[in-house]
Amino acid sequence: MELELRGITKRFPGVVANDDVNLTIRGGEVLALLGENGAGKSTLMNVLYGLYHADEGEILIDGVARRFASPRDAIAAGVGMVHQHFMLVPVFTVAENVVMGVEPTRFGALNIREARREVRAISKEYHLDVDPDAITETLPVGLQQRIEIIKVLFRNAEIVIFDEPTAVLTPQEIEAFFRIVESLRVAGKGIVFITHKLREALRIADRIVVLRRGRTVGEVLPADVDDRRLAEMMVGRPVELVVKKAEAHPGDPALTVTDLTVADADGRLLVDHVTFEVRAGEIVGVAGVQGNGQTELVEALVGLRRVESGEIALAGRNITHHSPRLRHEEGIAHIPEDRQRDGLVKDFTVFENIALTGYYDEPFSSGPVMHWGTAEREATRLVEEFDIRTPSIGTATGTLSGGNQQKVIVAREISRDVKLAIASQPTRGVDVGSIEYIHDRIVGLRDRGVGVLVVSTELDEVMALADRVLVMYGGRIVADLDRATTNVNEIGLYMAGATSAATREHAP
Amino acid sequence: MIETPLAHLGDTSAAGPRTFAERRRARNMGITYLVLAVITAVFLTGHDGTAMFKLDDGRSFSLPAQTTAWVAVAMFSVLAGGALWRGYGKLTNAVLALVTVTLLMTFLSWSAAGTSFSLIGVLVSTVGYPTPIVIGAMSGIICERSGIVNIAIEGLLLNGAFMAVFIGSVTTFWIGVLAAMVTSALLAWLLAWLAIRFKVDQVIVGFFINFFVLGLTNFLSKRLFVEHQNWNYVGTLRPLKIWGLHSIPVIGPILFEQTVYVYVAWLLVFGLTWLLFRTRWGLRTRSVGEHPRAADTLGINVVRLRYRNVIIAGAIAGFGGSWFASNVGQFNQNMTGGRGFIALAVVIVGRWKPIGALCAALVFGLFDSLGNKLATLHTGIPSEFISMLPYLATVVVVCGFVGRSRGPKAAGQPYDSQ
Repeated sequence: MELELRGITKRFPGVVANDDVNLTIRGGEVLALLGENGAGKSTLMNVLYGLYHADEGEILIDGVARRFASPRDAIAAGVGMVHQHFMLVPVFTVAENVVMGVEPTRFGALNIREARREVRAISKEYHLDVDPDAITETLPVGLQQRIEIIKVLFRNAEIVIFDEPTAVLTPQEIEAFFRIVESLRVAGKGIVFITHKLREALRIADRIVVLRRGRTVGEVLPADVDDRRLAEMMVGRPVELVVKKAEAHPGDPALTVTDLTVADADGRLLVDHVTFEVRAGEIVGVAGVQGNGQTELVEALVGLRRVESGEIALAGRNITHHSPRLRHEEGIAHIPEDRQRDGLVKDFTVFENIALTGYYDEPFSSGPVMHWGTAEREATRLVEEFDIRTPSIGTATGTLSGGNQQKVIVAREISRDVKLAIASQPTRGVDVGSIEYIHDRIVGLRDRGVGVLVVSTELDEVMALADRVLVMYGGRIVADLDRATTNVNEIGLYMAGATSAATREHAP
Repeated sequence: MIETPLAHLGDTSAAGPRTFAERRRARNMGITYLVLAVITAVFLTGHDGTAMFKLDDGRSFSLPAQTTAWVAVAMFSVLAGGALWRGYGKLTNAVLALVTVTLLMTFLSWSAAGTSFSLIGVLVSTVGYPTPIVIGAMSGIICERSGIVNIAIEGLLLNGAFMAVFIGSVTTFWIGVLAAMVTSALLAWLLAWLAIRFKVDQVIVGFFINFFVLGLTNFLSKRLFVEHQNWNYVGTLRPLKIWGLHSIPVIGPILFEQTVYVYVAWLLVFGLTWLLFRTRWGLRTRSVGEHPRAADTLGINVVRLRYRNVIIAGAIAGFGGSWFASNVGQFNQNMTGGRGFIALAVVIVGRWKPIGALCAALVFGLFDSLGNKLATLHTGIPSEFISMLPYLATVVVVCGFVGRSRGPKAAGQPYDSQ
């Protein structure tokens, strides 16, 4: 089967998400669609999958033009999609999720036995190893992704689209995923692999198409390029891929966490007796698969979540029961993981967001009266200093790109005199140019003698920034490693829950 | 090698919380049983004499009030000790049921000491009385399972009651029932249209429909029924004995000598259970209520399914409303008296499952008919307190049995396909 997208243009109010994009996908090959966040990869694939309708252009299957009014048409034509955010009903069993929409029935009733049999058969054929009766939400992410793959295969898809499939996986799960992709390719399926990770594209693809600002900027073979060249195509200018930093000179402890425990409403331990230290002038990276307590740990550190037991000390002062504001005043900078929810008021202007953390006191206000002039001057200065690309300081922050929104937060948080900076997923959904910038700033903070805690599910980011790496699994810190002596493989095993003894045996 | 560490993921995260939550629940249960023992000892040991409980056909049994109370106190204390010491694990609910029944019987023998008490009468109305609640709850379950919060059940019931009486009086009873179903389905369509097409907040639309129906039926009944009293009389339905089954002792008269509404309600409960969990329609309905986007990406038409389900649910609620016509024979203003809201509560308490909702409705029915019975027994308890009893008891019992429940994730959220 050969599928061709010809001259696809898709406009949203104010943006052209796809501009005359051409693409061919053939059976038995892996096509990587590479581009930054917002380059139009997902839009293009949603057009192909019938979720969006292109304003111009056509879709051809084996040379015949087809129109996909809904996913149903795309599925019927043999196109399947594994979405970045899984389209699975958490409370359903695996089999129920797989057959939804094309249920086998028997005398009017669901034929769940048939569904189970099908799931087992596909699972066996492609070595997916999924139990059809398991409840979806109890399975780890890697297995949930395989349910999505079974769903697609159950519908006899010939073209399988993977939208950022590795974003939520551990390094070992990524390896397993690549093996699955390989077996799909051998079975003659055409595979589209949407990603912004250069190395993965180079590793798995037969062909790489690069998108930038909605346009195809090039089609290359992995053998002909290296990651430097790909990054340049993706961003439009040469990019520094390695974070440059000198050796760290750790000083006194900036943050001391002792036996910290955080629980949810049911008493389930989310952070389980965690003890660690961040010293002034060092960057400590926290690695781990999403949902292993990192979010809750950070919330506890900045005062957004009640601490069950244990102690948090900032430069030796106990702040365990301080309010978030007090901690802020004591010198903690916080770059939250969900910037639109916790970091910004989207409808506020840039200068209002800049004033957000200090608005209640001099120089932004005296008593009940706001000094907007001061806020505006401060914002103007920071926009300049942090290279925030905004039409004006009066622009609603929500309309800026992800990278620039993040820079607003970074500017507000670290332009003060701080002792400790906590950055959660500091570059999630941020363009490569801004990533470079934010990483430089974080290293700059460290060199200024600030203790930095970087929490990231992107292992590459932790590896690039950290001087020391902590790995969280199941709410506990399962490893405390020196960046200089560890490697991705070792950290990956810890992320998957291996104990230190087992890791020592398996790690090369 | 890769799978092994992941395999632990399930158990490690599940083992801890279970025991913690269970321990806390066991502790709460133990304390509750102790409190009950004290209350029983202080309040329910004062009446001397024997209470006679009448069953059908002259059968009966008696309980000496004082002895019963002391036995209950001893039992509660022992069970409390057990709960505080280790908890009952899987037997927790069975123990709770035992305690509830014992407490109930102790209380009844205390109130009826020296006289007799028709237990069978209470049980018959326990099954019969909550019928509109059960039917309304089925309507609510269909809506919520498809992702629409329907707080208009009260209005749909009231509309059903009015139309069944009015049209039924003018034509015949069953045509009235049909009219009730059609008009309530129309109102439900209005709810769906505003909620789906215009994404109006579903709670607000629901309230609007409730007040609209309340006002309209008040107005129409004043305008129409004062002048034409024969438009406000349909006659009541007699119980239908089910051949063979109704002669089973005790159970027969309770379950198989009810009106046709009771049978239909039970059929709805079991039918809906089968439909929701065993058919294609059910799977799709549940998926649309949990994760409409997932359903959409698999080619399921979310909007059409929601419309269809809400309209069907409206017709069911209309049918439930016509029960009031069959039971009273005429229309009174606001005659549903909040039973649509109780149906909503019953949906949540029953964890969005038809059989769960039925059980919750029966618990409510039991306490309601007990309350009515107690009002005639001169127990010295103020009647206002007794009429509060069914609500209070339902909340307490149900909290003990159910704990926290989780509804369809997408309920109440409008679906946007782009």
